[in-house]
This record gives sequence, structure tokens and C-alpha cells, in this order.
Amino acid sequence: MKSAVVLLPGLNRDRDMIAALTKISGAAPATVWQTDTEIPDVDLIAIPGGFSFGDYLRCGAIAARSPVMRAVAEKAAKGVMVVGVCNGFQILVEAGLLPGALMRNASLKFVCREVKLQVANANTAFTRGYRQHQVIRCPVAHHDGNYFADEETLARIEGEGQVVFRYAEGTNPNGSVNDIAGIVSAKGNVLGLMPHPENLIEAAHGGSDGRALFEGALGLAA
Amino acid sequence: MIKARVTVTLKTGVLDPQGKAIEHALTGLGFGGVGAVRQGKVFDIEIDGADKAQAEADLKAMCDKLLANTVIENYSVAIT
Repeated sequence: MKSAVVLLPGLNRDRDMIAALTKISGAAPATVWQTDTEIPDVDLIAIPGGFSFGDYLRCGAIAARSPVMRAVAEKAAKGVMVVGVCNGFQILVEAGLLPGALMRNASLKFVCREVKLQVANANTAFTRGYRQHQVIRCPVAHHDGNYFADEETLARIEGEGQVVFRYAEGTNPNGSVNDIAGIVSAKGNVLGLMPHPENLIEAAHGGSDGRALFEGALGLAA
Repeated sequence: MIKARVTVTLKTGVLDPQGKAIEHALTGLGFGGVGAVRQGKVFDIEIDGADKAQAEADLKAMCDKLLANTVIENYSVAIT
């Protein structure tokens, strides 16, 4: 199973993502740079976390208009799986590949801790390795993860099962509406989430709750 | 050359925790009667040429494509 990781100036979780995909898929992912206009044929494209372009203007706003994101949009339209984590999620909403917006945390504080996530929809390619309503552990580290969408959009994504992860057991770290931590696109092949599943994939991390997400996305789930 | 000011503000109903914090700080400084504070952004932009109608159309396109996130923000364009 082939994967690619998008590299942008200011990202800092790219090596974590590359390590996770290498361990889970058995092969190092291809890397694509912000100015690349073509992405190789892969099964999964990952956009890591960090602070692309220094979070100037709005988190993810500049990155979303970079040449490589036009290539990501073309691949997504063809059904290629795309996952954006943290800043990657912010980039996907800024690029219009996912609905809504990610705003400053309600607390105004940067949060770096572990949260509980409930799998709100286990019937997606990304979450098929989990049970419906399963609660998993996952770390978060962000300043702007407060998910917002207008009422109409919210009703639509809730109704269509596009909300796939919610902060559980009172661990919502950022004020996200409906405790939303991760959503998929209408076609289900683009996932964005604020938590970092790539940082919980093996015993050395203290747990492997994030592993099934990548196994699902790479078609390796049981 | 045309000089323009673009103002981007949060839409009504979108929570603005930064504005809220500023509001509390102003009250804390002793400014009475501060009802609500909403934080926004201002962009001063210079555009070559003299065609104000074209400049306004271009500025609105800039707002839609980059300067504002129209999911959560409104914008206004003023040519000075």
C-alpha cells in the first residue's frame, strides 16, 4: 500500500507521520513539496501537523492555496484517500475539501494533552478498524482546533454521518461545536481531525489506539 | 495608484473568544459600559492603475479567495 506525505514550510509533525506510515505500511511514503504540481499514484495522501507558513493570516490559509494542494484536490476528486491531522485538518477546511472552519480554542490557550475520542461513525474507510462508539485515547496539541460550522452545514454533516470522531468523557479541549474532533468529506475519502493518531501507534508511544486509523486508510484493516 | 482598506470581521453568531477576553480586559481597566468587543483584521492594499471599479472587483475576489474565510467572516472594501 503506497502513501505520500505533503511537506510545507513550517510543518513539524511530518517526521512523525512518515515514521508512522513507514511502520504501518511497510514502505516509506513518498514526499511531495509545496511547489509540486503532481503527486505520485498512491492509496493515501497525508497532510501532517505543524504551523505551515507560520499560521499567517489564518491557520492553514496560505498552505491551502499552494500548488501542491491543487494536486491534492485533484486526487481527492478522483477518490484517493486523504487524511489531514491538526494543521493538516486546518489546511483541508481552508482548501474547501472539508466543510466548516477551525477557530481559536475557546480557552484561548494552546492545549497539549491526551483526550478521549469516541468513534462516532465506524462505517468509513478510515474508521472500519474501530467499533461504533468505541472510545480511544489520542493526544492533541493545538491552539486553533475549535470546530465551527453554520447550523445548516452542521445538520447536514451530522445527518450524513460525516462526523467520525468526537471528544468524549468531557475531554473537549477547544470548545468545538458538538464535541467534533474529526470529519470526513461527503464522499468519505477525505478525513480531517485535530488529534494526532500518528503519535499513538506502538507500545513505545504508550499505546496503539491510533494505528487502526492508518490500517483502515491503507486498506490493511482486518 | 489606488489605495484600499479591506476590513474582515467575524460573522454575527460566531463565537469570538479573543474579543471576549479583550472586553473583559477593558472592563478590568475601568472602562465602564463596554458592551461587546469583536476582533477583526484590516488590510491596507495598494493597487496599480486608476480604474477604481476594476480595483474594487479585484479586491472582492481577493477577499473571497484568500483574505476572508467566508465560512466565518464578512468583509468590506473601501477605496480611499
